[in-house]
Amino acid sequence: MIERFTVGLIVNNRHGVLNRIAGLYGKRGYNIDSLSVGETEDPRYSRMTIVSSGDIYIQTQVIRQLNKLYDVKSAVILDKSGSISVEHLLIKLKINGNGNNGITALINEYGGKVLHLCDQFIIADITGSPERIQAFIDQSKSLGIYELCRSGALALSTDIKNTLQITYETKQGENEDGTDVL
Amino acid sequence: MTLTGAQILVEELIRHGTDTVFGYPGGAVLDIYDELYKNAKRLRHIIAAHEQGAAHAADGYARVSDKPGVVIATSGPGATNLVTGIANAYLDSVPLIAITGNVAVPLLGKDSFQEVDVVGITQLIVKHNFIVREVNELESVITEAFALAMSGRRGPVLIDIPKSVQKARCEYSGNCRSFYAPRQIKPELDQAFEAIKSCRRPYIYCGGGVIAAHAEKEVLKLSERLSAPIGLSMMGLTAIPNSYPLNLGMCGMHGKYASSVAQSEADLMIAVGVRFSDRATGNLEEYTKKCTVVHIDIDEAELGKNIPSIIEVCGDAKQILSRLLDELPKKENTEWTKSILEWKKKDVCDDLTSFTPGNIIGCVKEFCKPDTVVATDVGQHQMWVMQYYPFEKPRTLLTSGGLGTMGYGLGAAIGGCVASSGAETVLFTGDGSFGMNLNELATAVSQRLPILIILMNNGVLGMVRQWQDMFYEKRYSSTTLGRKTDFVALAKAFGADGCTVDSLHALRGVLESGIPHDGPFLVECKIDMDAKVFPMIPPGGSVKEIRLGGEDR
Ligand SMILES: Cc1ncc(C[n+]2csc(CCOP(=O)(O)OP(=O)(O)O)c2C)c(N)n1
Repeated sequence: MIERFTVGLIVNNRHGVLNRIAGLYGKRGYNIDSLSVGETEDPRYSRMTIVSSGDIYIQTQVIRQLNKLYDVKSAVILDKSGSISVEHLLIKLKINGNGNNGITALINEYGGKVLHLCDQFIIADITGSPERIQAFIDQSKSLGIYELCRSGALALSTDIKNTLQITYETKQGENEDGTDVL
Repeated sequence: MTLTGAQILVEELIRHGTDTVFGYPGGAVLDIYDELYKNAKRLRHIIAAHEQGAAHAADGYARVSDKPGVVIATSGPGATNLVTGIANAYLDSVPLIAITGNVAVPLLGKDSFQEVDVVGITQLIVKHNFIVREVNELESVITEAFALAMSGRRGPVLIDIPKSVQKARCEYSGNCRSFYAPRQIKPELDQAFEAIKSCRRPYIYCGGGVIAAHAEKEVLKLSERLSAPIGLSMMGLTAIPNSYPLNLGMCGMHGKYASSVAQSEADLMIAVGVRFSDRATGNLEEYTKKCTVVHIDIDEAELGKNIPSIIEVCGDAKQILSRLLDELPKKENTEWTKSILEWKKKDVCDDLTSFTPGNIIGCVKEFCKPDTVVATDVGQHQMWVMQYYPFEKPRTLLTSGGLGTMGYGLGAAIGGCVASSGAETVLFTGDGSFGMNLNELATAVSQRLPILIILMNNGVLGMVRQWQDMFYEKRYSSTTLGRKTDFVALAKAFGADGCTVDSLHALRGVLESGIPHDGPFLVECKIDMDAKVFPMIPPGGSVKEIRLGGEDR
């Protein structure tokens, strides 16, 4: 069964890593629906969230293939029920002759923020689950969208066992169990 | 101690046990070559005729020596010439360290003279690659590269070193340790034990991973314990002596009859260090129809990649097999072994006198020692070697399994010959393949390498022609070469020697007398352009469609 799935990754925060990961997806024929990346609390590492779709075979292969990459410290699938997923939306909405009442009400309803306001348009910032973001977009269509900019999903597990830790803190030249690498 | 980048490279190569490197100089590696010159007594450099040949030589060296092969190329065209050799090593899991020069750091990204982004180009055909932008990273990167190439599933690693980094100086420790720790997965053996205990017709399928893990003895013991026959992938061909009675030889598209039939009748397959390439399996559904598969591999991503619903055992083959052997009781399976030995009789070819490829290979074998390294190119001749050459020892076969690289053979033979301290080495090649990188004859001559080249000249691109014959209604598009190359004269032009033969008797005569020991010697065997490789299971087919040739014995 093909379904959407989200991969959480800890990778080296190094030049070219994104390319390697995108290249792996390309080479193996997996698609990427969205990808977001940013530094972690430890600047040597970044965290990526990749959303794609595929059956259980693809999901298993994606994780195993990713885990083979030198720059990937850890990759896991974040299951839907055990994780939260948030997207970010910047949207530029038309202001029509009747003022902006409808728009601000909608933004407030979604807990959004107005970042910029002028005679012609309003720029708002909405965050929430991908579904919620989609609902906001759908509802604002009738108001008139100038343009929008939507981030990929950011996701974290709500289960302590699935916490992605940086598994690289072993001593130089040793495996985790203390045996020699060389 | 402060050293330049080029000095650090040489010191590190030596520290990691490298005694020979293959390569080709150029502007972007001049500093490295200057150091190689100064260190010629400590580190041998062999200049090839082309970087592809150098890469294949390093690959052949690695396969024979069980150490990483090292190849050096200059930036730009030198680096791109390595690409086929790197991809070849990647698909066959060969540990290779490819070192490329690049333009100075300030010139990177400016389309400078002889600049290519070799890290970008090779990204999908290496285990990992590095560009070293600061000289103080160099020592740890080299250490890391060696650890990476040899650990877990082996493979090529590329290090791109800009010229300014080769010249820059920094403190050199000489005792850097690797940070790299391959992910460890605890092997789960319970299910495998159960499946093995209850099987009645076991079949062991072993691949190159067995050789990489040094698990040959364990596989043999397992076979004896279970009375299980062994089928081999092309990469695994030398893992088990040909003389072992339950060794059925290669399986797959051009595998032995007994090997394929036994596989299809087995109720359990224990697959060790194989990746189930499409050439080996054919039709996947038919392939696993009757049997449970226990797959043992060090690369977790190989488990379940090509064959669904298997019992997965991830880890080192030697350790896992030892644990299995500790607990498994002995099984007789008499009926099963009886059928195996019956099927095996079908593989015996009877005509021993005519000048057929099988007989040529048999004749050459008579003059070889069990540890003679044999290289092949790609095509029919390659498959004939797989079928007819009775390999007895691991690491004696150099062949391009995964990529199927025509032009691999001569370079690989050079590397293999060097790795076996200049012992006599044999190359079986075809006229098409030999034509691709025959310039490496120059290398073999200058290095005085005793490589016996058996050129099976059928005047055509035999393997492609065979497909045209069988699947394209004999439309021989571009496979009849119609060349007038005089291979013996050519060998002579390169400073080697050679002769042409057209009978077994003549071949034997040449092998008995005429082979020099201080350089390559080419024996051109004129063979029938219509000779075919059989058995053959058509692409995507199953053992039901196996073709045994001619009269379909
Ligand atoms: C570099 C490369 N180009 C093309 C092919 C496709 N190919 C596979 S076998 C073959 C024919 C090989 O001919 P030859 O070396 O004469 O060997 P023969 O099959 O006649 O024994 C070709 C063209 C290949 N494997 N490698």
